Amino acid sequence: MPNQVPVADGVFTWPSDEPQLIASERDGVLSFPARPGEEERLLSRRGTLWAFTTQQFRPPSPPYDGDDTAETFQPYALGYVELPGELRVQGRFTESDPDKLRIGMEMEVVVVPYTTRPDGTEVLTYAFAPVADGEADR
Amino acid sequence: MSAPEVAIVGVGLHPFGRHGDKTALQMGAEAAWAALADAGTEWPRVQQAFVGSHVVSNPDAIVSWLGLTGIPVRGVFNGCATGGTSLQMAAAAVRHGEADVAMAIGFDKHPRGAFSGHPSIVGLPEWYGQVGLFLTTHFFGTKINRYMGLHGISTDSLAGVAAKNLRNGEITPHAWRRKALSVEEIRESPVVNFPLTQYMYCSPCEGAAAVVLCRADLAHSFSSAPVYLRASELRSRRSGSFELQSPSLPLETAPSPTVDASRAAYETAGLGPEDVQVAQLQDTDAGSELIHMAENGFCADGEQEKWIAEGATEIGGRLPVNTDGGLIANGEPIGASGLRQIYETVLQLQGRAGDRQVPGDPRVGYTHLYGAPGASAVSILTR
Repeated sequence: MPNQVPVADGVFTWPSDEPQLIASERDGVLSFPARPGEEERLLSRRGTLWAFTTQQFRPPSPPYDGDDTAETFQPYALGYVELPGELRVQGRFTESDPDKLRIGMEMEVVVVPYTTRPDGTEVLTYAFAPVADGEADR
Repeated sequence: MSAPEVAIVGVGLHPFGRHGDKTALQMGAEAAWAALADAGTEWPRVQQAFVGSHVVSNPDAIVSWLGLTGIPVRGVFNGCATGGTSLQMAAAAVRHGEADVAMAIGFDKHPRGAFSGHPSIVGLPEWYGQVGLFLTTHFFGTKINRYMGLHGISTDSLAGVAAKNLRNGEITPHAWRRKALSVEEIRESPVVNFPLTQYMYCSPCEGAAAVVLCRADLAHSFSSAPVYLRASELRSRRSGSFELQSPSLPLETAPSPTVDASRAAYETAGLGPEDVQVAQLQDTDAGSELIHMAENGFCADGEQEKWIAEGATEIGGRLPVNTDGGLIANGEPIGASGLRQIYETVLQLQGRAGDRQVPGDPRVGYTHLYGAPGASAVSILTR
């Protein structure tokens, strides 16, 4: 098992088998990412896909710090997942094929490596994964 | 309509594109000189100037070229709405009696490729950039993909918009992209952000534009065919509008700042969308132009499909949109882009647009900007 670190502290709960995004709340208004000085609130793990697209070219680097190159870059999908009663949160999706995504489908927060540092450490981000058929009512 | 207060009496443009070692300031000075010549006047008559740029952090340096006359000169940067903002500030200076003659000038010189930077410049955390989310382009794919599903818009309509703008660019002598492409070539080009392909996007580039404004009652001393600025409105986003660079959005939605700026401009001008005869709408990508047709009140959500199929936004159609090819054919030097729209609209209203002249002697023109971090500028011009 390679050494793993989150891309930043305070974005999602980690380590955890059921990671949650860390938001904050003031006067009933939620913010993600969490704002300093506000009360921390953990968001629901599941929601529905609200909007999406794909990223087909390697983002300008910096700020992107993936260990890939323009040639080896693997496109990903991204978009917003609506967490009921909370927020629509933007993130990368684990499924990169737009034909396998549809608005309204159930999605779940997962934590996945998106790059590996030269010393072998994997850097983790949150992402949204489609909830597999049969698990949707779990 | 009430009596006009502000006139546009001169417009100038340095072609957008790639210009080697030529500096942004030099392009800006050439555009300014062209606008002054168009107004039949000279820089010493100008009493205030508003100068927009992204890459030149101190754009008032342009006075080194134009003349050290000591007038107030203000630098302007307001994202993709910069050109509309400098125009609005110059118009306000005239309307408020601070200047009889004012200029709005814009120039930029962007490196190739998508706009980028450090997330901290807009107050976002570093991780947002590290994982590949700090980009403007994917917002446009996300918004139009959802919009197409909700309102029944086809990929062919996206390609149709880009094809129309490239055709208009082909007949615009100063445009950057002057090669028409077919709907098929555009649709089948590489996907950038699903469903948007390479030829559906504009590119950052280089160029400049400038406008001379004056008190409406002085207009005829400069121009035999003045154009009046009936409204110039700027709006920022409200909570719940769907904007670029948003790691999260509240569940309660609000209209885009385009809708707010557009409504304010119609109200100020005393005109409605049915009065507009030529429009320049922010086409960062083909999807944006489609969405902006509805957000600016020209059609209902979903009607774009029919409009594009019928050619309603072509030169000669019911409402010609982006007659010089828009951003798709001209690229986007941020500081200048909105003033290019004014340049094109003034030429159209004065019957000086050559091969791309809108028929029927148009008298009402409309310009619209939208961009990061969620700002929109709308102007309405009449002859």
